[in-house]
Amino acid sequence: MTQLNAAHLSLSYDNTHIIHDLSVTIPTHKITALVGPNGCGKSTLLRGISRLLKPRRGNVVLDTHDIWSMPTKELAKRLGILPQGPVAPEGLTVHELVAQGRYPHQSWLQQWSPEDERITLEALEITDIAAFADRPVDTLSGGQRQRAWIAMTLAQDSDLILLDEPTTFLDLAYQIDVLNLLHDLNVERGKTIVMVLHDLNQACRYADFLVALCGGEIRAQGAPSEVVTEDLVNSVFGVESRIMQDPITDTPLIIPISHRRKTNLTETVLPSREMNLMPERETA
Amino acid sequence: MSAKNPPRPSWITLRPRGAKFSYRIDRRVPLIALIIATFTIVVLVFSINYGQYNMTVGDVVLTLLGLNKDHPDYRNFALVVHTFRLPRILLSFLVGMALATSGTIMQGITRNPLADPYLLGVSSGAGLAAVVLIVAVKTISLYWLPWAALGGALLTAAGIYTFAWKNGTSSPIRLILIGIAIEAVLAAVTSTILLFGQINDVQQAYVWLAGSVYGRNWEHVYAIGGWLLIFLPAAMLMARQLNTLGLGEDTAKGLGQRVEWQRGVLLFISVTLAAVAVSVSGTIGFIGLIAPHITRRLVGPSHEGLIPASALFGGALLVLADLVGRWVIAPSELPIGVVTAMIGAPYFMYLLYRNRNA
Repeated sequence: MTQLNAAHLSLSYDNTHIIHDLSVTIPTHKITALVGPNGCGKSTLLRGISRLLKPRRGNVVLDTHDIWSMPTKELAKRLGILPQGPVAPEGLTVHELVAQGRYPHQSWLQQWSPEDERITLEALEITDIAAFADRPVDTLSGGQRQRAWIAMTLAQDSDLILLDEPTTFLDLAYQIDVLNLLHDLNVERGKTIVMVLHDLNQACRYADFLVALCGGEIRAQGAPSEVVTEDLVNSVFGVESRIMQDPITDTPLIIPISHRRKTNLTETVLPSREMNLMPERETA
Repeated sequence: MSAKNPPRPSWITLRPRGAKFSYRIDRRVPLIALIIATFTIVVLVFSINYGQYNMTVGDVVLTLLGLNKDHPDYRNFALVVHTFRLPRILLSFLVGMALATSGTIMQGITRNPLADPYLLGVSSGAGLAAVVLIVAVKTISLYWLPWAALGGALLTAAGIYTFAWKNGTSSPIRLILIGIAIEAVLAAVTSTILLFGQINDVQQAYVWLAGSVYGRNWEHVYAIGGWLLIFLPAAMLMARQLNTLGLGEDTAKGLGQRVEWQRGVLLFISVTLAAVAVSVSGTIGFIGLIAPHITRRLVGPSHEGLIPASALFGGALLVLADLVGRWVIAPSELPIGVVTAMIGAPYFMYLLYRNRNA
């Protein structure tokens, strides 16, 4: 059980204040998605709760310890963070990259233990990249590369895994692939996952807990089906929309209203809110 | 876990029985190191063999091993090998090792394959101190030249590191930019002093600035050998830290690395090795850039094996450069720094060309 808590957090870069007096509790063994428009502070918040950015005020507490007073390696054994768009050195193989996840478990003289070996192999298996363990990371496709980085974070063997926009710059198929992997890690291994996501629909689909940020403040938090409303989408993203039920997962599905076509489509094609538009699915 | 064969790791783990120690090197390292070591020995022997006094390669080897003491010319052999040739050749080797290690660390810290040991102003700081001593303050004995150069180099590096410090960090990009600025200032001062110096002093200063191992003795060899004995193993123990830094600052922090502290210690090792090298031989360029780069392509980017392999290769390269310098315009000789520049500059341009899209 690892509980991550932020209280009265204020975060800023130099003199630009991004987040002021924000408190949030990350639900354990759940997937949490941080969403919001560009510049809302979602990545900054992730950096703040993972010790990449020192808060100006307030604190972040892991169980009972302030993360800034814990030894760095102790924190790393319990909380892993995958930054946005990491780049591996040229020629570094997937296997070596994943092995580097063992860093917090090593010491000056004990640099590689049989346990390191075992957990590294396990991480390769779980993420299904054992087949190209010998390939240099820079020769992989975007999706495989992201899997390799997730495997590295997995080898760190922490209960909590934080990810900054893990699907950005990936093709749609790879986005789904990565999100499915994170979902499996959560369900099968009980990892608590916190991720910044760009796509609100994906966030609704994959997250158990949604934190919607705007202007450095939390506008709503809770299960997607409870908090995502047309008003919320409008106030957070500044987009008018209709919300349906996702036919696959029953989670909210946000349909932004396009200005270009709105005039002639509103009446005829766009569903009214009251209609239940769940397409009838054939049961094969 | 599945029943498939698990992938074979791309490394070998050194885990001496009974010792609480383990170390992981790329599996290409032993073979490549053996090849480089053989190359080194061949170059060393040929370099010792080459010179005005004629002796056979066999005599060189036997003299080195002390196995031909009953040879009628042994006294001459011993004098030529041990007193005249061996010190400067060993010095070249050790300077090459120091520069290659320093360069490997610097490229690792900055994540830039074009970085070199002089990034933190070591060459310009040492150069200014040397020029001041040779040209301006003529009352101090040139015996102190290595110490002055060492002091100038370390002082400059410390200055750049301090200036680059901001909000509790010193990012590589700030180090590079401030390094360039301070180097420009020091170079200007150095040129000004040279401009007003006496012609003989200026010539002597230029030879030092170009990098030379001419006329060095065992004292210089022991000095740099001692530093290497401490700092090369230290660098190898910190190889893992360099690997982690190579994943980027945020990832390194996420893995629990105290980035600022580790980077500081590594910079200190790199700068000290470069400063010691410069203090005994002047500024020899390109070795610290090329040796790590070529070795990385042979043994991969993991530093545990890269550091010792590249040190060995740097040493061999510099011995070769020294040999070439003594040979091309014999009986005169080219300063070793000129030779490395002639080999290194084209390679540097090739690197830039290859990295043009990076």
